[in-house]
Amino acid sequence: MNFLIEAFKPACSISIKFSDGKTRKRVPIKRENGQTLLAPLFRNQENIAGKITIEPHQGKRIEHNGVKVELLGQIEMYLDRGNFYDFTSLVRELDVPGDIYERTTYPFEFSMVEMPYETYNGVNVRLRYVLKVTVSRNYGGSIIEYLNFLVHNYSPPPSINTSIKMEVGIEDCLHIEFEYNKSKYHLKDVIIGKIYYFLVKIKIKTMDIEIRRRESTVTGATNHVETETLAKFELMDGAPVRGESIPVRLFLSPYELTPTHRNINNKFSVKYYLNLVLVDEEGLRYFKQQQITIYRLPLQDT
Amino acid sequence: MLLIGAEDEEKWLAEGIAGVQHNAFYLHRALDSNNLRDALKYSAQMLSELRTSKLSPQKYYELYMRAFDELRILEMFFKDESKHGVSVVDLYELVQHAGNILPRLYLLCTVGSVYIKSKEAPAKELLQDLVEMCHGVQHPIRGLFLRSYLAQISRDKLIDIGSDYEGDADTVMDAVEFILENFTEMNKLWVRMQLEGPGRVREKREKERSALQELVGKNLHVLSQIEGVDLEIYKETVLPRVLEQVVNCKDDLSQYYLMDCIIQVFPDEYHLQTLEMLLAACPQVQPTVDIKTVLSRLMDRLSKYAASSADVLTEFLQVEAFTKLSNAIEKVIEVQVDMPAVGAITLYVSLLTFTLRVHPDRLDYVDQVLGACVKKLSSIPKLEDSRATKQVVALLSAPLEKYNDTVTALKISNYPRVMDHLDNGTNKVMAMVIIESIMKNNTCISTADKVEVLFELIKGLIKDLDSATDELDEEDFKDEQNSVAKLIHMLYNNEPEEMLKIICIVWKHTMAGGPKRLPFTVPSLVFSALRLVRQLQGQEGDIVGEEVPATPKKIFQLLSQMIEALSAVPSPELALRLYLQCAEAANGCDLEYVAYEFFTQVFVLYEEEIANSKAQVTAIHLIIGALQRMNVFSVENRDTLTHKTTGYSARLLKKPDQCRAVYACSHLFWVDGQDGIRDGERVLLCLKRALRIANAAQQMASIARDSSGPVTLFVEILNKYLYYFEKGNKQITAAAIQHLIELINTEMQGDSATSDAFLASTLRYIQFQKQRGGVMGAKFESIKL
Repeated sequence: MNFLIEAFKPACSISIKFSDGKTRKRVPIKRENGQTLLAPLFRNQENIAGKITIEPHQGKRIEHNGVKVELLGQIEMYLDRGNFYDFTSLVRELDVPGDIYERTTYPFEFSMVEMPYETYNGVNVRLRYVLKVTVSRNYGGSIIEYLNFLVHNYSPPPSINTSIKMEVGIEDCLHIEFEYNKSKYHLKDVIIGKIYYFLVKIKIKTMDIEIRRRESTVTGATNHVETETLAKFELMDGAPVRGESIPVRLFLSPYELTPTHRNINNKFSVKYYLNLVLVDEEGLRYFKQQQITIYRLPLQDT
Repeated sequence: MLLIGAEDEEKWLAEGIAGVQHNAFYLHRALDSNNLRDALKYSAQMLSELRTSKLSPQKYYELYMRAFDELRILEMFFKDESKHGVSVVDLYELVQHAGNILPRLYLLCTVGSVYIKSKEAPAKELLQDLVEMCHGVQHPIRGLFLRSYLAQISRDKLIDIGSDYEGDADTVMDAVEFILENFTEMNKLWVRMQLEGPGRVREKREKERSALQELVGKNLHVLSQIEGVDLEIYKETVLPRVLEQVVNCKDDLSQYYLMDCIIQVFPDEYHLQTLEMLLAACPQVQPTVDIKTVLSRLMDRLSKYAASSADVLTEFLQVEAFTKLSNAIEKVIEVQVDMPAVGAITLYVSLLTFTLRVHPDRLDYVDQVLGACVKKLSSIPKLEDSRATKQVVALLSAPLEKYNDTVTALKISNYPRVMDHLDNGTNKVMAMVIIESIMKNNTCISTADKVEVLFELIKGLIKDLDSATDELDEEDFKDEQNSVAKLIHMLYNNEPEEMLKIICIVWKHTMAGGPKRLPFTVPSLVFSALRLVRQLQGQEGDIVGEEVPATPKKIFQLLSQMIEALSAVPSPELALRLYLQCAEAANGCDLEYVAYEFFTQVFVLYEEEIANSKAQVTAIHLIIGALQRMNVFSVENRDTLTHKTTGYSARLLKKPDQCRAVYACSHLFWVDGQDGIRDGERVLLCLKRALRIANAAQQMASIARDSSGPVTLFVEILNKYLYYFEKGNKQITAAAIQHLIELINTEMQGDSATSDAFLASTLRYIQFQKQRGGVMGAKFESIKL
C-alpha cells in the first residue's frame, strides 16, 4: 500500500510567501468550514510580489511542462453550480518545461494589479482573490497550490452626503417623519436621526430599526435576490403620542457590514437598507425601507 | 392584561425577581473577574426583566428596586477604569450597542453618571444627551421608572453642580434645565397612563397613578434642594416652566398633585414673591381639579409664614398678598363654572382664615371676602348642599372666633347678607353660634344700633322665616329660644335712654316672632325692663326734665303691652307671674294706679284664662304673696284686692286647697313692718274659716275612705295659730290653740295608724316655747298639752 500512498501524494510541496508578508496586515476571513483564518490584505493597484518555493519530496525528480503563477479574481455563484467567473487573470511563467530536482525558489511580481472589487462573502455569491501556482505535468496531473488573499478598497468621504428625510404615513392613522443624518455611512459610523410623530392613532408597541443587506445575483437570465437582516435595534418601547420625537443613535461597528457593491462585473450587487419597523399591539408591522450607502474609510479594516 | 388577578401578578413578580437574581449572580462573577464584556451582557439581560408589561406599578417598583441595587454595584465597577481598562468615553459608546432599548438606556444612564463625575465631558452635554435619549421609552410605567432612575442617579451630581460651582450661573442653569426637562417628560408619561386602556378601569388606574406621583414630584424636590436655585432663577425659569407643564398637561390628577407639590417643596418666601405667577395658573387648570384644596394649603402655608416673624409681614403688604389671593380666587370661581358652591365657599373660608391670621386688623378685608361670597351665593339658588352650608357656617364663625368679640363681627356689613343665603336650619345654627360666642365672651351689646344689627343676624331664631313647613324639633326649639332669652340679658346699657331704645327694638323683634316664641323671650325682656325701672327708681332724684323719654310710667306701659301679648299665646300663668312682678316694681316706684292696674289684669287673667285647678292654686298663692308685700295701695284699694283674693281662695275646687288658700289669706291682714296692717280680727276670721273647711274636708275624707283622713290641714292651721299667737295677735288666744290641739287629738284617736311627724314637731315646738321662759314662755304657759 505504501507505494500507492506515495503515488497519490503530491510529489512536492509548494509554498507561497509575500515579500512583505511579515508587515502586511492580516484580517480574518471565514472559510466554508466556519473557521476563520487570517489572510493578508491588499488594495487595488498594489504590487503583489513574493516568492514561490517548490520542494520535491525525498529527492524525487519532478518532470514538468512548466511552472506558472496566476493571480485570479473570481466570482463564484453558488446557484450556478459553483461556477467561477474570472474577472481578473494574470499569469507569470516561472519556469520552462524541465525537471526540478531540489528545492527551487521563484520570485514573482504582479505590479499595479487592477483589483477593482473587494473580497466578498455572501449568501449566494463569493468574490475572492487567489494566487494559483501550477506545476504542469503530462501525467499524474498538475500540482496546484492556492493562496487566498483579501482586497479592501477605500473610498474617500463622499463629497455629497445628504440626510435622508421623509414623511410617511397611513391616512388618518399614522403619520411620521423620519430623518437620518446621512445617506452614506462608513463602516464604523453612527447613524443619528429622529422619528417624529405627527399623528398616531394606532397603539404602537415597539419601533425598531433594522439594517438589511440585499444581495442580488445574476445567473444567466435569472435574477436572484437574497435579503438578510444584520441588525435589529430597538428604538422605542411603548406607544408614543402626537408630537413625540424619538432619537435614533445606531453605532454600526458591532455589525458585520461590507461596503455597498454596485453591479460587480455584471454579476451581483450588495445594497444596504435601513428599515424602520413599527409594530402595533396586535402584532401588525408597518415599515419603511431606505437605502443607504456604506463605504470603507481607510484604516477601517479590522 | 388589565384584568389580571393578584395571584398571577405575584407569580410574574417572582419570575422577574428570579430573573434579576439569576443574571445578577453572573454579573457579580463577571465583575469579580473584571470581565467587562460579560458584565455588560449579564447586566443587559438582568435589565431585560424590567421590560415586562405585566406588573402593576407597585410590583414593578419592587422589581425595579432589585435591579437598582445591582446597578449601583455596576456603577462602582464602571467608575474604576483600572478594572475594565476601557475609558469612560468608550464605555459610553459601548453600552449603546445593546439591541434592546430599556437595558441600553439603563446602562447609558449608569455610565453617564460616571462620565459626569469624571468631568471628561461637559456635564451639560451629557445631561442633555441622557434626557434626550430617554425619549425612546414611551411606555408610561417603564419610562417613568427609567427617568426616575436617571433623576436618582444624577441627583447628587446635580446638587453638586448646582450648588458647588462657585457663582457659575450657567452651570446651575444646566442642572435646572436638565431636571425641568426630565420632569416635563415624566409628567407627560404619567399623564399618559390615564389614557391607556378602556374607561372602566379608570378608578384602578388612578390609584395606580397616585402610587407613582412621587416619582414625578421627586424632580421638584431635587430642584428645591439645589442651593443655586435662588429666587431669581426660581422666578425666571423654574416656576414658569413647571407651571407651563402643569397647565398644558390638562390632567386633573397631575395638576392637583403638582400644584400641591410646588407649594410644599419650595420655600414660603419664594411663594410670596411669585404669588402672582403661581395664582395665575390656578384658573387655568382643569375644572375638575380640586384647586380649592391647593389654594387653601397655599394660604395656610403663607399665613404660618406670616406668623413666623414680624419682618415677614411687611413683605406681605409689599406684594399685596391679600389682593392677589382674592383676585385669584375670584378668577378661579369665575372660570370653573361647574365648581359646586361648596368649593367656592371653601375657598372663601380659606381666604378668610388667611386674612384673619395675616391681617387681623383689616376688618375691611374680611368684609370684602364676605362680600365676594355674597356675590357668589346670590348667583346660585338657595343652598341645598349640606357641605356647602357647613362651609358657610365655618365662614361666618371664623371672624367670631378670631375677634372674640361679636361686636366686631356686627360691624361687617356683608355679614348678614351672607346669612341671608343660608337655609332656615343653618341660619338658626349660625344664629346659635353667634349667641354662643356672645355668651362665651360675655360681650355686652350696648347700643341700639348694634342690637338692631344683631337681631337682624339672628332673625332665624326670632321669627319664622318661611311658611311653617319646617318640622320643628321641640327640644331644639326650646334650646334656641332659651338662648335668645339669655342673649337678651347681654344687651345692656347704663344709659337709661339707650337702654329703653334697646328694649323697644328687642320688643319689636320679639313681637314679630309669633306666639310660640313669646313665652321664652318675654320674661327676659320683662326682667330686663324691670331692671331699668329699678335703676331709674334708684336715680329718682336725677329725673327732672319734662321730656325725659325713659320714665317708669312709660316702661310700665310697654311692659303691660308685652305681657298682654302673652295672653294671646295663650300663656296665662306666665303672664300672671309677670304682672305680679310688674306690680311689685310699680309698688317700688310708688305708682299706685299702675300697680292696681296690674293687679286688675291679674284678676282678669285669673278669672278668664286660668281654668286648671292646680294652676289656680298656684296662682292664688302667688297673688297672695305679691299682694301681701304691696304697700302703695290705699286702704280702699287694698280692701278691694284682698277681698277679691279671699273670695277666689274660698272658691277653689278642692277643700284642702281652699283651706290652705284661706289661711294664707290671713297674711293679707297681718303685715309685719312699721306701718303694716294688723287686723287681728280678720286674721282670726280667715283661720276659723279655714278650720271649717278643714273640718268639712275631714268629713268628706272619712266618708270617702271610711276612715278619717290625715290631720295635716289641722296641724297647718295650728301652725298659723301659733304664728299669730307669737306675733301678738290678740284675737288668737291660748284657749283657742288649746282647743285646736284637742280637736286634733280627737281626730287622731280615730286614726289609730300613724303618728303624725308634723304634729309631733309642732307639739315639741310648743313644749320648747313653754320651757323657754321669759315673755314667750309665759304666753305659752296656759297651753296644756
